[in-house]
Amino acid sequence: MKYSVFSLIHQAIRGQKDWTPAWRDPEPKDEYDIILIGGGGHGLATAYYLAKEHGLKNIAVLEKGYIGGGSVGRNTTIVRSNYQEPGNIPFYELSLKLWEGLEQDLNYNVMMSQRGVLNLYHSDGQRDEYARRGNAMAMHGVDGELLNRDQVREMVPFLDFENGRFPIQGGLLQRRGGTARHDAVAWGFARGADSRGVDILQNTEAKQIRVENGKVVGVETNRGFIKAKKIGIVAAGNTTRVAETAGLRLPIESYVLQAFVSEAIKPLIPCVITFGAGHFYISQSDKGGLVFGASLDYYTSYAARGNLPAVEDTIEEAMAIMPGISRVRLLRHWGGIMDMSMDGSPIIDKTTIEGLYLNCGWCYGGFKATPGSGFCFAHLLAKDELHPAAKALRLNRFETGHVIDEAGTGAQPNLH
Amino acid sequence: MRIPCPFCGERDLQEYSFLGEAGLKRPDPEASDAQKQFHDYVHIRKNTAGTTSELWLHTYGCRSWIVVQRNTLTHEIFSSEFASDTLKELTK
Amino acid sequence: MSQINRLAEGGLINRSKRLKFSFDGKEFEGFEGDTLASALIANGVSLFGRSFKYHRPRGVLTAGSEEPNALVELRSGNRLEPNTRATTIELFDGLAANSQNRWPSLDIDVLSINSLMAPLLTAGFYYKTFMWPASFWEKIYEPAIRRAAGLGKPPEGFDPDHYEKSFAHCDVLVIGAGPAGISAALAAGRAGAQVILCDEGPRLGGRLLSDKEYINDKPALDWVRDSTLELENLANIRILRRTTVFGIYDHGVYGAIERVSDHMAIPREFSPRQRSYRIITKRAILCSGAIERTMVFGDNDRPGIMLGSAVRTYVNQYAAIPGKRGVVVTSSNDGLSTVETLKKNGVQVDAIVDTRNGDMIQHALGGKRVQAVQIIDKNGKTREVECDLVSISNGWNPSLHLTCHLGSRPVWDENKNAFLPGKLPSGLAVAGAAQGRFSLQEALYDGIRTGNEAAELAGFDPKQFETPSAEPEIFDHRPIWRIKASKGKRFVDFQHDVTDLDIELANREGFKSVEHMKRYTTLGMATDQGKTANVAGLAILGEVSNRTISEVGTTIFRPPYTPVTLGALAGHHKHHEFRPTRLTPSHKWASERGAVFVETGLWMRAQYFPKYSGENWLDAMIREVKGTREAAGVCDVSTLGKIDIQGEDAAVFLDRIYTGTFSTLPIGRVRYGLMLREDGFVFDDGTTARLGEKHFLMTTTTAGAAKVMAHLEFCHQVLWPELNIAFTSVTEQWAQYSIAGPNARAVLETLIDPNIDISNDSFSYMACKSITICGNIPARLFRISFSGELAYEIGVPNRYGDALIRALMDVGKKYGLIPYGLEALTTMRIEKGHVAGGELNGQTTPRDLGLNKMVSQKKDCIGKHLSERPALLEKNRPILVGLKSISGKSNLSAGAHFLDIGSNPSLDNDLGHMTSTTYSPTLNCWIGLGLLKNGRERLGGTIRAVDFMRKTDVLVEICDPIFVDINGERLRG
Repeated sequence: MKYSVFSLIHQAIRGQKDWTPAWRDPEPKDEYDIILIGGGGHGLATAYYLAKEHGLKNIAVLEKGYIGGGSVGRNTTIVRSNYQEPGNIPFYELSLKLWEGLEQDLNYNVMMSQRGVLNLYHSDGQRDEYARRGNAMAMHGVDGELLNRDQVREMVPFLDFENGRFPIQGGLLQRRGGTARHDAVAWGFARGADSRGVDILQNTEAKQIRVENGKVVGVETNRGFIKAKKIGIVAAGNTTRVAETAGLRLPIESYVLQAFVSEAIKPLIPCVITFGAGHFYISQSDKGGLVFGASLDYYTSYAARGNLPAVEDTIEEAMAIMPGISRVRLLRHWGGIMDMSMDGSPIIDKTTIEGLYLNCGWCYGGFKATPGSGFCFAHLLAKDELHPAAKALRLNRFETGHVIDEAGTGAQPNLH
Repeated sequence: MRIPCPFCGERDLQEYSFLGEAGLKRPDPEASDAQKQFHDYVHIRKNTAGTTSELWLHTYGCRSWIVVQRNTLTHEIFSSEFASDTLKELTK
Repeated sequence: MSQINRLAEGGLINRSKRLKFSFDGKEFEGFEGDTLASALIANGVSLFGRSFKYHRPRGVLTAGSEEPNALVELRSGNRLEPNTRATTIELFDGLAANSQNRWPSLDIDVLSINSLMAPLLTAGFYYKTFMWPASFWEKIYEPAIRRAAGLGKPPEGFDPDHYEKSFAHCDVLVIGAGPAGISAALAAGRAGAQVILCDEGPRLGGRLLSDKEYINDKPALDWVRDSTLELENLANIRILRRTTVFGIYDHGVYGAIERVSDHMAIPREFSPRQRSYRIITKRAILCSGAIERTMVFGDNDRPGIMLGSAVRTYVNQYAAIPGKRGVVVTSSNDGLSTVETLKKNGVQVDAIVDTRNGDMIQHALGGKRVQAVQIIDKNGKTREVECDLVSISNGWNPSLHLTCHLGSRPVWDENKNAFLPGKLPSGLAVAGAAQGRFSLQEALYDGIRTGNEAAELAGFDPKQFETPSAEPEIFDHRPIWRIKASKGKRFVDFQHDVTDLDIELANREGFKSVEHMKRYTTLGMATDQGKTANVAGLAILGEVSNRTISEVGTTIFRPPYTPVTLGALAGHHKHHEFRPTRLTPSHKWASERGAVFVETGLWMRAQYFPKYSGENWLDAMIREVKGTREAAGVCDVSTLGKIDIQGEDAAVFLDRIYTGTFSTLPIGRVRYGLMLREDGFVFDDGTTARLGEKHFLMTTTTAGAAKVMAHLEFCHQVLWPELNIAFTSVTEQWAQYSIAGPNARAVLETLIDPNIDISNDSFSYMACKSITICGNIPARLFRISFSGELAYEIGVPNRYGDALIRALMDVGKKYGLIPYGLEALTTMRIEKGHVAGGELNGQTTPRDLGLNKMVSQKKDCIGKHLSERPALLEKNRPILVGLKSISGKSNLSAGAHFLDIGSNPSLDNDLGHMTSTTYSPTLNCWIGLGLLKNGRERLGGTIRAVDFMRKTDVLVEICDPIFVDINGERLRG
């Protein structure tokens, strides 16, 4: 059923009785043209664009738990395309453009809210780094503005402008950036893919990618063997575990990143704010909760939960710039597994095994990339060629030296 | 998290820094395929889901680099020892 | 009349201490020992707030921290605390609270119109609409939604209170001081273990404070009093009242918050508002009890409908009567004790609906207060009973939240009709109601047993003692998850206004996984994390999807157990104290001179020294550069990292660390070194001096000091432990000043002890030696230059740092010595083409920086192989060049990108970027350094430096990065 205010009113009168499942719960077929391993945002988006852009139907998304249960349902919902490196800029900008039309495209309100992303700077050196980044963005037509202290103050007057350890001097603002409702993104893509014939197989765990003569033939699952012509690994934090069943070893480490939400309060924070003298980032959800996070927990983990030092560091960073929220209370904190790559940038590429494709290395930044990642991965799977906007996101770039290291911190994933 | 340091005893996570997988051998710089070997050494990781051997620095303690056996699924820690053979000898 | 609903006697309140307070501006009176909720109930108030979505009138449901409804704004101004549970606020004199999420008033709330829209505002309705036109979301829909949502207001300014952080260590941590917790603490304490006993409330006793129980045939409160006394007198027991253990972390670490001052108007002087603990314990016992459940029937949210346990608490503990005419609904024996309590205290009980007999409550009537309920008996006969209080008893949910924090899921128990703890975190035991053992006798027994076990496991000998005896209790509970036939809205999650129909809708739309249902309906995601709501929600999902509760499963509870004040988790790390401030040895002297300081990492460094008040940075910089280049200048460079390296293999080690060779460096000489990361990019740079055969002193950049130290330790301990070396950071042990300019030698000669020769012949460029100054004060002298001038760095033990700068300035007067700051230092290094932060950005190789001659081809070093990867050798990689403003006058800005004249902005046309810029007083024009594609081939050419951010577009000439004294005559002079 098409979603609209009219169908909503109609159903309100009818007691909401006629709504149908947003996606089916089908039995696995014996064979698919393409199997995507991982029913998160990126996997579902890939399936959606394979069906919509390339007219492919015989596709399955394997999800070992429930769809959207990984990072897409655990992140801090920030969407932006304010990158510095030429390898990243066109990709994230493509993704942001897709976000801008996503509701209408999916017929699902993912609440993409272009309320602006403001990166604060605290020194002349940092101002110049942000200028470098803003200018790189401008080279590709991406919007960005460098604000001075007074302009920042006008926009977010509740920050500490007087007594900060690292005084706020200004910020880089991307007005087209913002936030979206994270769960809705997974559900919207799932509904869109399902309606175009994609089989979403929940509670279906990929146990083993079967490779014969250097070519994929299918996936062993807890529901039996499923044949496939092509397989895409879109397993985020679990990429290594899935890829090693096909004998691949990757430049990826999995870390835990914690996220935080406060009790709901009336509107305070109009945009996304990041703290330049730390890693802290914060926005306010439509429900009123302050949603924030900062650095990784710094150790590798598949446990999807963190420890107190990172909790305290995060909140100290909050108090460093916005002591006004000191009396607001933390409601929940949780962890997710990040597939950290060696240069902090993602990988969308073929592998050395015929028919096996890889989409991973999203680090902190996977959510904003969801539509772009799906779009470019679908392009690669359907056409066997890299999408022009993602042509730098190669798997072999560490060998060639074409690394895309935004932060300049080198091959140590927990520093990105 | 509490991490046992072979020199200082059990200490809070906050005192340590994490580097990554332990036991990686720095390649022979004279090898004919040294660049490829260095690529693997620097970039390719087991990223084990389960018990790993990993390097930590006791940054705000004795500044020993230590090898910790830890399970990445449960965070359970089984052992820790000095990364340096020299230090290992000293404590024997 | 004041306190109309207060009983004439009884309760654990101090009637001799009357406290004045206000709610929504109206003045009331209560007693010491009251909560805000109990005091308002005593005053006949039943309307506390408005709900989240429908703005329904809401009263008090519970008497504890699980309260979903009675959230208020406590205090005001900078101390405003939104969403504070009236049920946990201890009353103090002068307390002022206001209701929230209503306009214009609690009584008349315009947005209660949302209730009429309810058929439209079902679970997830917002995903289906507000999409057209696209631009309306940010402008119209979202602002309206945001204004309507969000409960309380944020505080108006910065929090005036302060917070502390603390570590605490113990053998046994007992969480909750009810009958189980007290017993556990007694057992472990008597065994001699170090015990910490925490309870979220101000007094020990738990449910014994609200229920009239008997222990050893005496009132249970006698046992609580005696036990409290014993615990307080045991030196090895620490009782933390008003302390919530909010989370379990790895390896026996527990997070806790002590509300030190929340029961007072403002904290006492020098006392924190709250204190956060990281408690490290060998064993822990969870004695957190259980939380009573609601029942899902029509309009079950009307004020006056509350949990039976809460009714008994208000009557017994606070002597406050929540109504005059009661109806008791129960699916267990708990309701019967509520009836007894009510009757004993003069409340008329007009109906007892014991659902085990087939009677059922249908729905509630009334608006801002329940006025009647409709009951259907086992024969299907309905009747209406007038009342102003409805007590609900529908079984208990063990407070097992903490057991989930390490990832374990609770397990449904068919017999207890409750989720019980799953696999427990290592070191944790659960006792009493938290384990689903709901009787008092079980709590006492479990407490002693787990207390003894914990003490034993922690290495103590438990003492044998008898378990106190309690009255027998019969457990007969058959829960009612929802009464589907009833009219009105049937709320499952009160705070988020989630009804059973929302759950049905979620199921219908395929959100059958418990996680999907939670997220789609927002069940259990409010500030109470669904403590009273979740299980009914799971049961209803099970019912509509033909699954058992066990098959549906449950979502997982996350920390914190109850919401935690953010400020408490930051402690003193806020405002300016967010991170420590490091001051240089000359800081005091520099501030006396009126220096302007700037943050450099954790350091404060002098940015410039204004000659007169109001001199701007540019004028000061120009004056300082000219003064230095023409006469002499001094700058504090103590912030650079200094690492003392000694040992047989020190030289070998440095050869492996640096791209250059240090084993050939003669004693008494200094060499510039470049360090790479193993991935081939430049890591850090600095000079290293050879003080002896086996003794080097390395300097690092200010920003790199700590990470270089860790890197060296890694290389030694992990890669090459066989090398015989030791090193230590001496950054803070030495104060170091750079003295630069043609008169530098003359200045120094007046300070150094007479027998020391620093003439150019005996102490040439890049020499170093240990000397004495000012009469036998030890010092180290290095002839190195960052400015390009004849320059020295002199180091003295830190304690002489202040004296040395004063002495230098004193003797330097006649040589024109002036102090210079970071601005002048930067200008001079750019003029000299030295790389720093903008160029050493972690993305550049030695080749990019024109430093490939620094990389020895005769040996390996860290990073050498990967610095030669194909892409890093590509001809068009941006390399370091100098840039001069063609007009001379136009400002250059770092961060500008380069474009050819006439080419359009695009990623393909982007030629690189400006890394550092300055106005050069020496060249009298703006200059910069930059990384430019094919830079070497372009020398002499002209390009544009385009800064879209600052809206400048300047023509620049490409030149060699060294602008002054290209042959280095000055620094060798």
